[in-house]
Amino acid sequence: MNIYVCIKQVPATETKIKINAGASGIDAAGIKWIMSPYDELAVEEALRVKEKNAGSTVTVVSAGPQRVHETIRTALAMGCDNAVWIETPEDIDSFQAAKALAGAIRKESTPVDLVFTGKQAVDDDCAQVSQLLATFLEIPYVTAAVSAEYGASSVTLKRETEGGTLEIIELTKPCLIAAQKGLNEPRFASLPNIMKAKKKEIKAYKLADLGVTDADRKIRLKNFQLPPPKQAGKKIPGDAHTQSKELVRLLREEAKVI
Amino acid sequence: MATVLIYAEHKDGKIKKVTHELIAEAARSGAEPVAFIAGSGIEAFAAELAGMGAKRVLAAQGDAVKFYSNEAYGKLFAAAVKTVNPAIILMGASDQGKDLAPRVAAILGVGLASDCTKVKIEGDKLNATRPIYAGKALADVEFTGGAPYFATVRPNALSIGPTAAGATAAITALPLDLGALKSAVKELVKSATAKLDVTEANIVVSGGRSLKSAENFGIIEKLAASLPNAAVGASRAAVDAGYRPHSDQVGQTGKVVSPTLYIACGISGAIQHLAGMRTSKVIVAINKDPEAPIFQLADYGIVGDLFEVVPALTEEFKKALS
Ligand SMILES: Cc1cc2nc3c(=O)[nH]c(=O)nc-3n(C[C@H](O)[C@H](O)[C@H](O)COP(=O)(O)OP(=O)(O)OC[C@H]3O[C@@H](n4cnc5c(N)ncnc54)[C@H](O)[C@@H]3O)c2cc1C
Repeated sequence: MNIYVCIKQVPATETKIKINAGASGIDAAGIKWIMSPYDELAVEEALRVKEKNAGSTVTVVSAGPQRVHETIRTALAMGCDNAVWIETPEDIDSFQAAKALAGAIRKESTPVDLVFTGKQAVDDDCAQVSQLLATFLEIPYVTAAVSAEYGASSVTLKRETEGGTLEIIELTKPCLIAAQKGLNEPRFASLPNIMKAKKKEIKAYKLADLGVTDADRKIRLKNFQLPPPKQAGKKIPGDAHTQSKELVRLLREEAKVI
Repeated sequence: MATVLIYAEHKDGKIKKVTHELIAEAARSGAEPVAFIAGSGIEAFAAELAGMGAKRVLAAQGDAVKFYSNEAYGKLFAAAVKTVNPAIILMGASDQGKDLAPRVAAILGVGLASDCTKVKIEGDKLNATRPIYAGKALADVEFTGGAPYFATVRPNALSIGPTAAGATAAITALPLDLGALKSAVKELVKSATAKLDVTEANIVVSGGRSLKSAENFGIIEKLAASLPNAAVGASRAAVDAGYRPHSDQVGQTGKVVSPTLYIACGISGAIQHLAGMRTSKVIVAINKDPEAPIFQLADYGIVGDLFEVVPALTEEFKKALS
């Protein structure tokens, strides 16, 4: 089976976000970069499918500037076989990213069996690339999959929706699965695999090789702002009983929310 | 007058509140709200949508679309866009809207502003602002690809409007031209305890690791039950410890909520948790550590042992609200 997993490098979730001087993006100085947490689940799922299907290969694909090599190496160290890097400027939009990923996957020219992604990248939080990519590849998809059973010609998935309702969905292969927490527990890379990953070749494409141009951009984020600072709140003194009484009064009379 | 096409979402026989919010916003801005709805047994919804302010309703009805699926609904909604030719397209940023909107955007080749917390319709233009980095920052969206302007909007970001009894809308039946489908929703499995989702609740009461067990979350549930339209949330530490399901997790790798009132009980206020709830209108923190970071964001803080405060507060709410 030819399995692809698309990953994105994002700032570590503990990052304190600062805005750059022109308010056109974030200030990237000092940021620690990681694989988006949902993409770790996608890599893990791809590897598990491969391990159950002898002769399969997992190709990791990532779009971004030079720095994403480090994250690609992490995926290789987890056990991916091949790697593709699409060189892009910092701020392509979801449309350009999905078109580039689709282009790279097509160029690899093997028939695609399964594509894995994370349900969203925890940077711009657009949560669009999985759906756009699947639609461009003309394959069905499930977003936010919490479990998957793989059959010969189809995959049966569970998707969680509001209030804990599960949708049981059957997709005809080839298909795309966007991982949600709960799908699996991602592995850590072993030391020998980290060493091996350092030597692996990473194939590179430019956006132009994949037919992606400025005209493919559909949106641009601008006027980056920090949320308005909160005023310091009140601490309510007294014992539990007094505090509770006073809180209820404040919520009712001052905040007017109950 | 700009036409705004709104995806009407329904669940358990009811139109979702976010749909009402979107129709109301379009109506308030002086645009013409047109609703799209799909499903089986949806006849009664047209009048309800008209009451919310929809001037026209496009209905795709039949057993083939009994369950939502991004493939079938995507085809139908894209067809509706072509029929109506709207200036603006709006969907709720619900689990359905988030799944579906990018598919429709891909089919139509239009840009999408996802999960917006602020939208303003001005003439035939759409101003949209969305949180990024889980709300640690915000950015405006420029639609470089041109019209139609397409956005998904977070529930509770807009207010609903009055409903007009007896209002009517012109109804257009859309043909179910679905062709061959590569996906099918086989079944919906409801959770045993039908519960309000944290993203849709007016009030969220969350507990952290400090609750120490799933059973102890009983006091959090009782507090939520003493309030109208309230749901229980949890920190990741509480979810990882197995006290609550992941669907309750609030934060950067859980759900992002903006209720009217958020009550954090025994939650330290890690940056990833704050990201998921900082846009709540009023925040209450109960924590025994006066230095806990959650207090920096809280409008009202109670320094104390939650095992004493939470039951006492439950009694006070019951008294006040009975
Ligand atoms: C990649 C990544 C993603 C993450 N995503 C999320 C996310 O989406 N959501 C999330 O919540 N976290 C997330 N986290 C985890 C986050 O960093 C914190 O570890 C977590 O939020 C802590 O949960 P907590 O506040 O319940 O526990 P703790 O940090 O252990 O805090 C417990 C608090 O309870 C107080 N307390 C203890 N006993 C009592 C008592 N009897 N009465 C009153 N107060 C008491 C303590 O003073 C303390 O402040 C993420 C972390 C990473 C690395």
